[in-house]
Amino acid sequence: MNSSPVITPEAADYIRVLPEIMLSIFGMAIMLVDPLLKQRRRQSTLGTIALLGSLAALAATLYQAHYPGFAFWNMIQVDAFSVFFHFVIVATTAVVILTSYEYMEVEPMRAGEYYGLILFGAVGMCLMTSAVELVLIFIALEISSIATYILAGFRRDTAISSEASLKYFLLGSFATAFFLYGVALMFGATGSTSIQVIGRALNSFEVASLAYAGIALMFVGLAFKIAAAPFHVWAPDVYEGAPAPVVGFMSTGPKAAVFAVLLRLMFEAHAPGRIWLIWAVAALSMTLGNLGALVQDNVKRLLAYSSIAHAGYLLVAFAAVPDNGIPAAMFYTATYAAMNVGAFAVVSHFSSAGERYVKVEDYSGLGRRSPVLAAILTIFLLSLIGIPITGGFIAKFYVFSAALQSNMVGLVIFGVLNSGVAAYYYLRLIVVMYMREPRGEIPVSAVPAGMGAAMALSLAATIYLGVLPGPVLNYAGRAVTEWSR
Amino acid sequence: MNTSLDHWILTLVTFIPLAGGVLLLVFPRRDRDIRLFALVVSLLDFLLSLHLPVHLKPHWYASDLAGVANPRVFEYELNRPWIRVPNIHYHVGVDGISTWLVLLTTFLTPLCVLISWKSIEDRAKEFFILLLVLETSLLGVFVSLDLFLFYFFWEGTLIPMALLIGIYGHGRRVYAAVKFFLYTMIASVFLVAAILWLYAKTGTFDFAQIQSAIHNGQVENFTVAAPWLFLGFFVAFAVKVPLFPVHTWLPDAHVNAPTAGSVLLAGVLLKMGTYGMLRFNLGLFPDESHRNAPWIMILALIGIIYGALVAMVQPNLKKLIAYSSISHLGFVVLGIFSFTALGLDGATFVMLAHGVSTGALFMLAGVIFERRHTYEISEFGGLATPMPIYATFFLFIVLSSLGLPLLNGFVGEFLVLSGAFRDRAVYGILGATGVIWSACYLLWMYQRVFWGKDVHKINDSLPDLSVLERAALWPPAVLALLMGIAPLLWLRTIDAAVQAVLVPLAQITGKGLIP
Repeated sequence: MNSSPVITPEAADYIRVLPEIMLSIFGMAIMLVDPLLKQRRRQSTLGTIALLGSLAALAATLYQAHYPGFAFWNMIQVDAFSVFFHFVIVATTAVVILTSYEYMEVEPMRAGEYYGLILFGAVGMCLMTSAVELVLIFIALEISSIATYILAGFRRDTAISSEASLKYFLLGSFATAFFLYGVALMFGATGSTSIQVIGRALNSFEVASLAYAGIALMFVGLAFKIAAAPFHVWAPDVYEGAPAPVVGFMSTGPKAAVFAVLLRLMFEAHAPGRIWLIWAVAALSMTLGNLGALVQDNVKRLLAYSSIAHAGYLLVAFAAVPDNGIPAAMFYTATYAAMNVGAFAVVSHFSSAGERYVKVEDYSGLGRRSPVLAAILTIFLLSLIGIPITGGFIAKFYVFSAALQSNMVGLVIFGVLNSGVAAYYYLRLIVVMYMREPRGEIPVSAVPAGMGAAMALSLAATIYLGVLPGPVLNYAGRAVTEWSR
Repeated sequence: MNTSLDHWILTLVTFIPLAGGVLLLVFPRRDRDIRLFALVVSLLDFLLSLHLPVHLKPHWYASDLAGVANPRVFEYELNRPWIRVPNIHYHVGVDGISTWLVLLTTFLTPLCVLISWKSIEDRAKEFFILLLVLETSLLGVFVSLDLFLFYFFWEGTLIPMALLIGIYGHGRRVYAAVKFFLYTMIASVFLVAAILWLYAKTGTFDFAQIQSAIHNGQVENFTVAAPWLFLGFFVAFAVKVPLFPVHTWLPDAHVNAPTAGSVLLAGVLLKMGTYGMLRFNLGLFPDESHRNAPWIMILALIGIIYGALVAMVQPNLKKLIAYSSISHLGFVVLGIFSFTALGLDGATFVMLAHGVSTGALFMLAGVIFERRHTYEISEFGGLATPMPIYATFFLFIVLSSLGLPLLNGFVGEFLVLSGAFRDRAVYGILGATGVIWSACYLLWMYQRVFWGKDVHKINDSLPDLSVLERAALWPPAVLALLMGIAPLLWLRTIDAAVQAVLVPLAQITGKGLIP
């Protein structure tokens, strides 16, 4: 920090929210340019602006890493932790935008609102990871949630999409109310909404029962957003109804952001009674997610249940001690974002116009009709199972070993058994692709450049995290050492 | 000697097939070139691996007794940090046991390429890629000295094998592939839990470091956890072996697998289980191994006798060979848990001999399947007349498999049974009946297929072995003879490694070291 050039506090403050500023500027530019463009050119031009916006935010994130510290009256903190999550979220956004190019060509959707909302959603998510003040976190959560509520209903002419949007909105606002109530109780218990002050208060005084209630209520609100059981019921319906690229976005970006908030809340604020809360929710999410996925015939629903189960695996890391648990959770978030966004890219490409082909049996013989597409999806599925040379394997390994180092033997047994069960439904899709005869009437179109780039990026990230996880793990470890200082 | 080669040779041997597989991806889609390329890669790998036995110490020095996990036990070691946190190393090395398993793998793979030359027409490119990737993961399992690396390769074998069965198999191939995958995957989650526990307590995945930590009592709560850890390792290995009663995936997998898949499955993949028991169950948990030995020996004996009896009544040629594998692998487990040098020497030798003979038997079964598209024994009869060369090869391999003296099967089984006798006579006696049973079912099968009246007219016109098929069958036949008449070529180095494995056990069993 000392080596960084001397700048006035105000300027540094703005650098610490530079990625959010970039995303907002480009989001507003999209809305301004939208009416000026001809219908024919609109989709691709707006997509390109959105992509540039996410790349600018990525550059801003890397730049921001040199200016760690607090900003705006200690409401925002830039550290290795926040930079890590910024990177994950913005990179996911970029890949999702690449995925959306093709989708927007075949679906009659308004590109201006679509790309704008994706960028604004990303603003909220980014802000959640660097905010260290509960009210600001709440505002960021709302920014991100409202954008995703609308995005979920973007296939306006389809009933299930509207249903998804409404369901997500009603349950989601209920959950945010829980969160806000928790914030209020926490303020009552500790006299502050700053996570650090709360942490100090909870550490030094006898913990009031009000604080327990506050933590529990906030946890309920956040658990809803990551679709952890028993607050998961919305996920399958919403994932089924929402446009495929949006599901890729919803299941990774907001999740990463909420996990960042949870990490700060649980570890930095020394949340009381967290172990048993986490234990129950993690075990329940893994079990219900995997059992639910076993009986799904719709690939999007299957991946919805799988994401519930993965939220469970990730929560296992929260039961560990901070030194091992936080890097494990961070690594898992990044890996999950890479593999899930990739899987949804393939699903989105294959579903064709109107999302006609999203059933498991539609994938019959894909290995023969389109060997490359099938191989790519297979690698993402293997990563979701947790098979070596993919990131999913290292991520799971790291989470479970962190939990074992904190003597959570029971939870780990639960987890490994669950990953055994989970292998079945992912494998089912692989079996269908490679070992069933193709059904002739389903066309597989050529992969356009944007989509190809999205797939290649997520594939490269998944394999990289599986073969050379060292740099990412080290960076995550650095975030923890910064905290404990 | 070129020392840098000695450091890197295991890495080269392990990853050359993978590199070949990656190159195949971009290879032009001319089927003949693809096959030739796969053959060249696998042969090159075999030739390179022949260097491995050169440095193995044939004699075992008493001074090695002093320390458990003497670093000199392993040759060609390479130890490089791979991931800093968690502390994972790329640590490879071989001893007298794993060297031969590596050679068995590199020996069988080119034969698999040869035997699949004609039979794999559809999607040949993917087939050979999967075969080469499978070879890399199998080799990785045998050379890993870091538990994480070991598990990495262990799970890595699953996917290529399941795809080989599921895509290129026949009959209920999908059912067989899924059953194989789930069975072994669910069993290995216990393995990963046990490995993670050891890491949490010792802070390392290194085999030798964990071994010495356990030996010196530096692992907290070890006495409480040891029975569970032992079981975690054992269950994963027992399913792979497969030990009765978790053997039910094997017949399905074999019957429906393509020939090359069966050869590698029976020849090498099953040995991962017995190798794991030998290296990890005995190496890390000597007390628990000793305590659990009685029931494991009984399961092994049940496997020997039950496998043989079920093989006897099989109407399907390939299923018969599959059950005979269960019976033979029972011998290996019996030898390992006898804790005698003789038993362990024998167990290792049976692993190699079974790999060679059963690999050859599956190739022979594949030959007749290509001609008749059935494995039903009742469809054959009198085949010796139209296919004399085939019949001769078949007889030779059957004799080697049932343990005729001067052929490879005899040596290993004899050693195992001598070891079992020293442990407890009743084990030896019951085990010995297995030899008789195997003679019964194999010879009876041979009689029904090759002698007697030729009732099916279609069999009269079957062509004898082609040049390719002969090229694939000569090497195992010659090796079966060589292993039978000069077993010391193998046993000397095997024994040196076995003695090192037995050091920690000798203090517990009180049997002392039997030369």
